[in-house]
Amino acid sequence: MSELSAYERLKTVRSNERRRGSEYVNAIFTDTVVLCGDRRYAEDPAVMGGIGYLGDIPVTFIAQDKGFDLPDRMRKHFGCPMPEGYRKALRLMKQAEKFGRPVICFVDTLGAFCGADGEERGQGQAIAENLFEMMGLRVPIITVVIGEGGSGGALALAVADRVYMLENAVYSVITPDGCASIIWKDSSRVEDATDCLHITAEDMVKYHVAEDIIREDFENFGVMCYGIRNRLISDVKALLSLSEKKLLDGRYERFRRIGIYEDGGSAQ
Amino acid sequence: MKIHVRLFSRPKTQAADPFPDIEYELKCAKCKSTHTRSELYAGNFICPDCGAYIRIPARDRIRMLADEGSFSELDAKLTSTDFLDFPGYRDKINKAKSSTGELCAVVSGTMRVEGNPCAVFAMDSRFIMASMGSAVGEKITRLFEYAAKNKLPVLGVLCSGGARMQEGIVSLMQMAKCSGAVRRHSDAGLLYMALLTDPTTGGMTASIAMEGDITLAEPNALIGFAGRRVIEQTTGSALPSDFQTSEFLLDHGFIDMIVPRGELRGTVSLLLRQHRHGKENAR
Repeated sequence: MSELSAYERLKTVRSNERRRGSEYVNAIFTDTVVLCGDRRYAEDPAVMGGIGYLGDIPVTFIAQDKGFDLPDRMRKHFGCPMPEGYRKALRLMKQAEKFGRPVICFVDTLGAFCGADGEERGQGQAIAENLFEMMGLRVPIITVVIGEGGSGGALALAVADRVYMLENAVYSVITPDGCASIIWKDSSRVEDATDCLHITAEDMVKYHVAEDIIREDFENFGVMCYGIRNRLISDVKALLSLSEKKLLDGRYERFRRIGIYEDGGSAQ
Repeated sequence: MKIHVRLFSRPKTQAADPFPDIEYELKCAKCKSTHTRSELYAGNFICPDCGAYIRIPARDRIRMLADEGSFSELDAKLTSTDFLDFPGYRDKINKAKSSTGELCAVVSGTMRVEGNPCAVFAMDSRFIMASMGSAVGEKITRLFEYAAKNKLPVLGVLCSGGARMQEGIVSLMQMAKCSGAVRRHSDAGLLYMALLTDPTTGGMTASIAMEGDITLAEPNALIGFAGRRVIEQTTGSALPSDFQTSEFLLDHGFIDMIVPRGELRGTVSLLLRQHRHGKENAR
């Protein structure tokens, strides 16, 4: 288990030293082909997508990537996808469905891009469509949160059959920064907000948002990714053995049971 | 628009009459005039002084749409809990309950509109900005499941500040949960109409507000994903005045039509009639 506090983890996953989505793709899959464009408006480099082999199984991969040096990060708008990024992801998922390929997603984003152009092109609609379509996608979907799971911008790649959290990865309904400025009108209270929001990998397992936590070992990145690869292979094989109905019912139920409320005095 | 509500009396029980006659005041955000509910009800909650649309409480919205005596409420006892011990959340829930007389930010059930049966849910902006937490997510999910089972179309009257951050990640997951229920209802060949009202933002726009077969909006409603202030702060430039309005969304192709309140019942009724027999219409 990570020994870092929730706030330290947030800083860790936001660091420029953190491994990027494309590095996981290159380490986990072989014979990869990168595919571009949403066929609607543009190519969004913040979301990398394509086809590769997971062991001997062809899969579609989709990875959010925050970028490496400054020009690359700017090109990828610091890993905040535009609507085109989500539409490209959906196009590749539909393609995966046509050819019976499982889909493997890697999440690492502060959130969907906040800007006038994103709004004009339907940022909300793009995410909504992904949630709707992923709920019915007839091939297995597995998501690994490798860094920052930022709200709807992360969920749009995480309506999955299994979700894994890296040890220090976080997943949150709102950025702790945004939360602090709403509650205390003070964006410097990020650390307090981080604790209130319960964003750690352990929290995700507790609230049934993630199945398991993956140990981090960046000293031996290749070894760590080999472990992820093996876990993905066994998951994909298990999910491929299910009937379509069982697969989709399982995905629905996975989200259906999440919620804590009272119904006529009894807590659920 | 911000509405200030004062409650004069509250019903002892909700079970008997879904539309108790409560009197309260609503303030017009535009001209600051104050009006009573009974004064506004007959005029579709349009400000008699300046003509601005005042946000309609959920129960009144359903009452205005439903044929008399046709509304039957579902899951009326479902409510939120402060399971994360989030600062200030318990107070917010209690204040919302006492000021609105509701237990939840969404009211749901079945009704008829000019004889056409449908399931309906309406959100109430007075209740913690109608943000979507577990209770809202569960009620909406159950409604779509009920509608799918009973082959009913769904009309959703949406407004929301987005996901309810006081419930952390569990509130984000409600977006996926509700989307799953919408998907299953859709796969059963049934109609879902979304009516977007002021304001529909954040996680709501990024999920069920944008998943309808037909998407209607009230005039001049704020509809968007990211907050205007956040965008202006991020980009450092001012946005046009019509940015993220219903009219802006219509121009950009994201909604089907803008429906004034006076025409809403007729439009909803016609669309329900056109879909009355679902897929069997063509046979």
